[in-house]
Amino acid sequence: MKLFDFFNRRASAPVARERLQILLAHERASVSNSNLVALLHREVLAAVSKHIVIDPDKVEIKLREGDEVSLLEIDIEISANAPALSEAAA
Amino acid sequence: MPKILVVTSGKGGVGKTTSTAALGAALAQANQKVAVVDFDVGLRNLDLVMGAERRVVYDLINVAQGDAKLHQALIRDKRLDNLYLLPASQTRDKDALTEEGVRRVIDEMRERFDWIVCDSPAGIERGATLAMRFADVAVVVANPEVSSVRDSDRIIGLLDAKTEVAEKGGRMEKHLLLTRYDAGRAARGEMLNVDDVLEILSIPLLGIIPESEDVLRASNVGSPVTLHSGTSAPSRAYADAARRLLGAEVPMDIPSDKKGLLVRLFGRRAA
Repeated sequence: MKLFDFFNRRASAPVARERLQILLAHERASVSNSNLVALLHREVLAAVSKHIVIDPDKVEIKLREGDEVSLLEIDIEISANAPALSEAAA
Repeated sequence: MPKILVVTSGKGGVGKTTSTAALGAALAQANQKVAVVDFDVGLRNLDLVMGAERRVVYDLINVAQGDAKLHQALIRDKRLDNLYLLPASQTRDKDALTEEGVRRVIDEMRERFDWIVCDSPAGIERGATLAMRFADVAVVVANPEVSSVRDSDRIIGLLDAKTEVAEKGGRMEKHLLLTRYDAGRAARGEMLNVDDVLEILSIPLLGIIPESEDVLRASNVGSPVTLHSGTSAPSRAYADAARRLLGAEVPMDIPSDKKGLLVRLFGRRAA
């Protein structure tokens, strides 16, 4: 038993490597997704703002990751009396 | 064309300041005009490791805010006359350092130096992002240990996103400096080995600094390890790393202090 422990104790580096690989794959994905969401937020806001007056705080973008499909939710609240920009200009 | 080099790591205590001092001195020994800059506002230590703690009058923030001229704040090394130190401030106000202030200081230093080596504070807060902000080369210091490698990965992400080079669509040149490496333990599978860390972080290797008592001996007396004991294993490893930064092809090995039995038994007394 002692001898077994002795050999077992030695090989901790492969465990460290595996744990890091799994953890970092996950962390890299979540960091790049948070950048993606911020980017989408900016661009959607810019695109919609060309046509409708919207409050930037009322734009919500979520990226939900599933195993087979992920869901991109874009929620934009438009105030009932917000004029469309083209109408306002006319 | 002067190079702005940031020495960074995310995690504290892995050897950023030691490496800044050693690489700065090694570059100066290779006839480069070098300034080492301490960005660790509130917790400055590069002055102590360089042995200049009693010569600090003005600091980075004084220069950035225009309260002192650059030449008043720069401290010339007593051993190498082409090596200078710009110390950090001991103020507790972390916001005293601004991006525009740092830009002005670095732009002024570009006129005077070949290498500006920025010692980053630990963490991913303002001080760390300011230290890397204007860099064109980064040395990521990591220990072969899980938390250090994870934090290095975060820092690599920041280097690719939050620096001026990256924001302009350029590529930050990044190098890994693996410190406190114990080749014996790595060979026995007790420590992540060089290939493990390189595979995980996927940036090129600048050097491997072996774990060594000489590093503490040098900082005890306020000397960059490359100036304190030029023939010691860590000193040779840092000198090789500096040569690689200068573009030389130096074969990658892990310098060691392996001694014969007689030296082991009797050498200590002579040391």
